[in-house]
Amino acid sequence: MYETNYHRAGSIAEAAELMAKAEDGKLLGGGQTLLPTMKQRLAAPSDLVDVTKIGEMNGICEDGDGVAIGAATTHAEVAASDLVKQKIPGLASLAGGIGDPAVRHMGTLGGSIANNDPAADYPAALVALGAIVKTNKRDLAAEEFFSGMFETALDEDEIVMSVRFPGASASAYSKYPNPASRYAMAGVFVAKAGDGSVKVAVTGAGQDGVFRMPEMEAALASNFAPDAVAGIAPDADGLLSDIHGSAAYRANLVTVMAKRAVAAA
Amino acid sequence: MSKVSMVLNGKSVSADAEDRTLLVSFIREVRGLTGTHVGCDTSQCGACVVHVDGKAVKACTMLAAQADGADVVTIEGLADGTALHPVQAAFREHHGLQCGFCTPGMIMSAVDMINRHGPGNLDEKTIRHELEGNICRCTGYHNIVKAIKAASDQMAGMAQAAE
Repeated sequence: MYETNYHRAGSIAEAAELMAKAEDGKLLGGGQTLLPTMKQRLAAPSDLVDVTKIGEMNGICEDGDGVAIGAATTHAEVAASDLVKQKIPGLASLAGGIGDPAVRHMGTLGGSIANNDPAADYPAALVALGAIVKTNKRDLAAEEFFSGMFETALDEDEIVMSVRFPGASASAYSKYPNPASRYAMAGVFVAKAGDGSVKVAVTGAGQDGVFRMPEMEAALASNFAPDAVAGIAPDADGLLSDIHGSAAYRANLVTVMAKRAVAAA
Repeated sequence: MSKVSMVLNGKSVSADAEDRTLLVSFIREVRGLTGTHVGCDTSQCGACVVHVDGKAVKACTMLAAQADGADVVTIEGLADGTALHPVQAAFREHHGLQCGFCTPGMIMSAVDMINRHGPGNLDEKTIRHELEGNICRCTGYHNIVKAIKAASDQMAGMAQAAE
């Protein structure tokens, strides 16, 4: 790892100030992706601004029929939250399936979504649930927030503070993890809203990161059953293809994971 | 360079370290506690697992500065004098190791999972799932799983006896 300067911010204002002063600053959540990237010398920020100790960025509370989760809340905290389990069980189970127990003790919601790894799990939940990302500047709808592989709508100096997840009458996430890395090769989040409408979001498979499956959504709105999506797959053009699986293989995985998610919801 | 202070195995320690110093380097090289191992150095193998404020983390993927002010426990901090921790004793009893390289991380992860699920609440399936982030290249895991199950059950008995 190249040299860097570590700062611990006590407030969002202080974090913004530290970032403004830094030559090439990076916000640090749990560091479970950023630190390995720095160790490989693929990233070399001059300054790291740790935001995990900022009080207002931590914790989970009820928000209307859903939940609001601070950006510095860890995956382990989301997975273990009775409130999340009760309101949006699919979200709790998604968080409990990220990485391994030790990684979940460090990794944060805000860090995961700000990085927008195409194989990260959280983007699928945010898009399918219609979540709102609250930053220190504005509110962003999840679909606006994720703008491409490792790309988000965030400005350089913008800080994710929390995410508001509307409640769902049914929700589930199913992923096919790469047997070695455990990252999703395809992960599908299915959410049924109170009004009966359904959203389906896919991670791990798209070249541009998370995407929705409108055809599956329409089919599930009239018949919320695994069979309803059995014959629907995304176009393999635009899907990731690598040594772990071809685009066609991933397209089929999306169908299988969608069926499993609907069955579990 | 910053001063990093923490409670390490019950003792307050403080040392100057570069900000890029990993927690595992601080523990091994600055404090000389070499029980915590570095296996893969990419947060996959779990040989470096320690507890920070009571939670298992991979010390190769955390900066020492992030642990400033924290309570850190390593494998050296588990035993009570010469009396092994029940999980350590169970690994010995059930032959839960061969070369021993992964063992410190395995034991720290095992103690963490028993703490989270509660003593006596672990079945084989849960233990195997919970060991997702710890890799052993010798044992085939069977005796590790047996040791953790035995320790968990024994700790439940101890907790009951204490009541």
